[in-house]
Amino acid sequence: MSVLPLYAQLINLLAAVLLLLAFAMLAQRRVLSLIDLFAAQGFALSCSTAIVAYGTHQPHLYFSAGLTLVLKVALLPWLLHRLIRKLDVKWDVEGLINVPTTMIIGLILVIFAFNLAVPISELASTVTRSTLGIAMAIVMLSFLMMITRRKAIPQVVGFLSMENGLFFAATSATYGMPMVVELGIALDVLVGMLILGVFFFQIREQFDSLDLKHMERLKESE
Amino acid sequence: MTVAGFLSQLLQLAIALLLAPLLVGWVNKCRAWLSNKTAPSILLPYRMIRKLFGKDAVVADNASPIFRLTPYIVFGAMCCAAAIVPSLATDLPFAQAADAIALVGLFALARVFMALAAMDIGTSFGSLGARREMFVGFLAEPALLMVLFTASLISGSTSLPTIVDTLAHRDLAIYPSIAFAGVAFTMVSLAENARVPVDNPATHLELTMIHEAMLLEYSARHLALLEWAAALKLFNYSCIGLALFFPFGIVVSGTDWLALLGAAPALIAKLLVGGFALALIETLSAKMRIFRAPEFLGTAFMLAVLAMLVNLLLGA
Repeated sequence: MSVLPLYAQLINLLAAVLLLLAFAMLAQRRVLSLIDLFAAQGFALSCSTAIVAYGTHQPHLYFSAGLTLVLKVALLPWLLHRLIRKLDVKWDVEGLINVPTTMIIGLILVIFAFNLAVPISELASTVTRSTLGIAMAIVMLSFLMMITRRKAIPQVVGFLSMENGLFFAATSATYGMPMVVELGIALDVLVGMLILGVFFFQIREQFDSLDLKHMERLKESE
Repeated sequence: MTVAGFLSQLLQLAIALLLAPLLVGWVNKCRAWLSNKTAPSILLPYRMIRKLFGKDAVVADNASPIFRLTPYIVFGAMCCAAAIVPSLATDLPFAQAADAIALVGLFALARVFMALAAMDIGTSFGSLGARREMFVGFLAEPALLMVLFTASLISGSTSLPTIVDTLAHRDLAIYPSIAFAGVAFTMVSLAENARVPVDNPATHLELTMIHEAMLLEYSARHLALLEWAAALKLFNYSCIGLALFFPFGIVVSGTDWLALLGAAPALIAKLLVGGFALALIETLSAKMRIFRAPEFLGTAFMLAVLAMLVNLLLGA
């Protein structure tokens, strides 16, 4: 077995860490810890992007790494923390399915994603192509998190973590998207987050809670 | 099998038998130090075993032969396991008789007989302990198997000596799968050896004890054997962990006596560090509610499966 260069090993390690963090988010009960985990995921993503940039001499990836660092490690977690303080919602997150079952469903998703990624990563020619499966697994696990959570804030965190997964997929399959696209996506995420923040206030105003099951009813009074 | 190989096998078994109570003594000493208490002598488990062997055994009237046989079966299973697990050298003649899966089977055999014996007398504590032990065991076993499968995938064999040889002699690199498997294995060992997050080895509080509840009816030489077997189990788990995740210092040929002489201090040093780490984990964590154990062991299982998947995908 030939040994990969050190930077590729580090990328593999960070990919594994990202997968682990996705599972940790899936299992996390507290909202505040969930946001910390999201920040950690952003940090790991930013590190891995920077390492890809260093290893493959793609200077524009440094910008995306920096952008990730500013946006997903500092700005978004700060915004979310502020939102939680203002809305005063530090409750434990109740999932629809209990934690061990969610984990097992997550494992099945990971196997599915890995199998899905094998033919695609054979087409790619990058050093990091084997991490594509992990990126897809992160996307699917975030999906699962959005499905199994009832409250609004964990669902938004799931959405943001899905974006992390997509970003990681782009880096591992093609060494990142063009700068313009990346800036656009970053702006999208930021604006989306702000709008969702406004939504949170509106939802709570209407239903006195951030539990989304209240929104399943179509008529105002029954 | 040569005479020298046989001697080396015997030597390793003797070392396991002798060092096991010492390891328990060392962990207890570290635990006492870390919680700012006066530490008991490191030789205390030896004295305990000697004292117990000198006493007359009391057996309940309604005890069946299973109750009397269990200490010998459990102790025998742990001795067999100690003969398979490479501690000093990987060249163990006996290890060809059983692979990693059979090793898990040996642990399961000991567990089943412990549970049967605990239920045999018909006291409520015994059956409570047995039920909890099986509850923890059925969750821990798949995770342990998955950890061993990860190691087998890397080396292409389920035989422990081959696995350890492959792991000890491959290129130095970062292996995320081994790191995951290591964490999973630590969690499983804590649960299997009745250590703090799952069970407290020092407690006799009826609501929380698992392992101790099964031993309540035993006395004298039976108890001594069971205590010794528990120490051997801890020693075996430590040796599996050290051999899989820190396989430095293990020699290949068991008949190269000079090399064995060098491997022994390495093993003792690793066990000292490992025992201290175990005491540290035990001091830093609080005992979980019993119904949290599925979550704890579910996480271990998940980590072990992830290790296997990551190994398949990344080849690292």
